[in-house]
Amino acid sequence: MSTRRSRSRQSGGGSSSRITEDQINDLVIKLQQLLPELRHRSSDKMSAARVLQDTCNYIRSLHREVDDLSERLSELLSTTEISSSQAALIRNLLLQ
Amino acid sequence: MDHQKIVTHHGNSLKTRFALRFIRSLTQIKTAAPTVSSMGTLRKRSSIIKLAADASMASAVGPKRSWSRAVLFKIRNRARIHALARQQKESNKKKEKEKNCKKDVVLGEEMEKELFGANELRRVVPGGESMDLFRLLDETAHYMKCLNTQVEVMQSIVDLYSPKT
Repeated sequence: MSTRRSRSRQSGGGSSSRITEDQINDLVIKLQQLLPELRHRSSDKMSAARVLQDTCNYIRSLHREVDDLSERLSELLSTTEISSSQAALIRNLLLQ
Repeated sequence: MDHQKIVTHHGNSLKTRFALRFIRSLTQIKTAAPTVSSMGTLRKRSSIIKLAADASMASAVGPKRSWSRAVLFKIRNRARIHALARQQKESNKKKEKEKNCKKDVVLGEEMEKELFGANELRRVVPGGESMDLFRLLDETAHYMKCLNTQVEVMQSIVDLYSPKT
């Protein structure tokens, strides 16, 4: 674990490393394409730092959504009946 | 019959594997405490549901990803981790300060920003603290896709249960 961490610092600092800059760039572009706001922008003008920052923000917003949905489900669970037959029904609807 | 067919047909998609696990957990949570009266227990249940959602997604992904292993490890050992985290918080703060001082001298502004972004990512991606940059970005992309699926499925369950107007 600790050797890996020190290797990542080296590659971040630009010194020789087995992972090439191209590979990192490819991944940054892949991340950018997963971001709803940046997906349709031209990829050339976006700095890696910006993509990483927006990725963080997007993940945080997804975390908040999961929190909110868990709250909603907690409320809904106390008012609705969820039996195994209903679970089967939900499964069907979800998997269509 | 029909429903069985659908399940096997989509049996290999991540969405299906997550949905099946999560719905199973929800049924168990409901059976364990059918009615919830106070706000406190309602909140406690939300956090249990969130844990169930995370565990369901991580186990649907399986052990091939670092982030899913980290999620499952954290959930299984959360009491112990909580106690350890409190102990280590102070010593980590000191180390972080020393690290930052060193970095300022060596790196240019753009590189500094990039590293800052990567370090922030390490905080939001489970297990990210111990990944090298390549692994971190790769895991982040996968983790993001899974979070999207998680939100999508949870949202459809909420929609199904919400009273129709």
